[in-house]
Amino acid sequence: MVTVNGEQKDIAGSNLYTFLKEEGYELSRVVIELNLDIIPKEELENITIKDEDVIEVLRFVGGG
Amino acid sequence: MIQGINGGVSDKETLDKAFDARFPSEIKDKLNKARVAIAGLGGLGSNIAMMLARSGVGHLLLVDFDVVDVTNLNRQAYLIPQVGRPKPQALKELLCQINPYLEYETVSLKVTPENVADIFAGYGIVCEAFDAAEQKAMLVQEVLTKLPEAVVVSGNGMAGYGDSNIIQTRQLMRRLYVCGDGSTDIGDGMGLMSPRVTICAAHQANKVIQLILNSDK
Repeated sequence: MVTVNGEQKDIAGSNLYTFLKEEGYELSRVVIELNLDIIPKEELENITIKDEDVIEVLRFVGGG
Repeated sequence: MIQGINGGVSDKETLDKAFDARFPSEIKDKLNKARVAIAGLGGLGSNIAMMLARSGVGHLLLVDFDVVDVTNLNRQAYLIPQVGRPKPQALKELLCQINPYLEYETVSLKVTPENVADIFAGYGIVCEAFDAAEQKAMLVQEVLTKLPEAVVVSGNGMAGYGDSNIIQTRQLMRRLYVCGDGSTDIGDGMGLMSPRVTICAAHQANKVIQLILNSDK
């Protein structure tokens, strides 16, 4: 299982970019951490999610 | 010594004593040695800067490309006579009226992925205080990847007039603290008001002070 924002998901083997798009994230508004490393946006398409990965997706909203 | 309006009330010694003397002197010294950068000087950043200056944080970097607009007065620290002035300079003027003996460095530039490392190098704490979600994400991403020593304190979600108590401070990554409700976005029918923006700014300022005072450096 893969942990995404603290929730268990059965997505091992999926492409990280595809997963984020399917979840509806606007990539220009998020920061993605994979196993404690921040992932540059241009690398997302090259990453296959593995079992036991821990993914944190921080979605920003406007206002300040 | 700065000329006081009230018979020398603003000489350095007097202002030093004005820091709450109930705190031990190490606390004051630690805050005075700290260097904090503030990216974006709007409702979050201008209020964070005011709170950190009142708390005696010794060196503040003030970064914004914009000028003060009349639509900023609903939530930002600026005053009517400052409309039209570059925000970093206008904010420095206000901060000098709170404590002229702290160091204020101003940068009037738009922050981009290319200039993040140059602008924020040397600052152990960076406050993300931008307005646009894309700019927030860009700054957090770039600081965390390009400045390996820096901790980011970000503001995310403070629009409207909903419950104050859902605005929280959370550590989401090893070097990232995020303050806000995480969800209220600006857009059709939803704007920003002073109370919730200032609450979020205070969360950020307090986390900055905790990071300074809990650090071993």
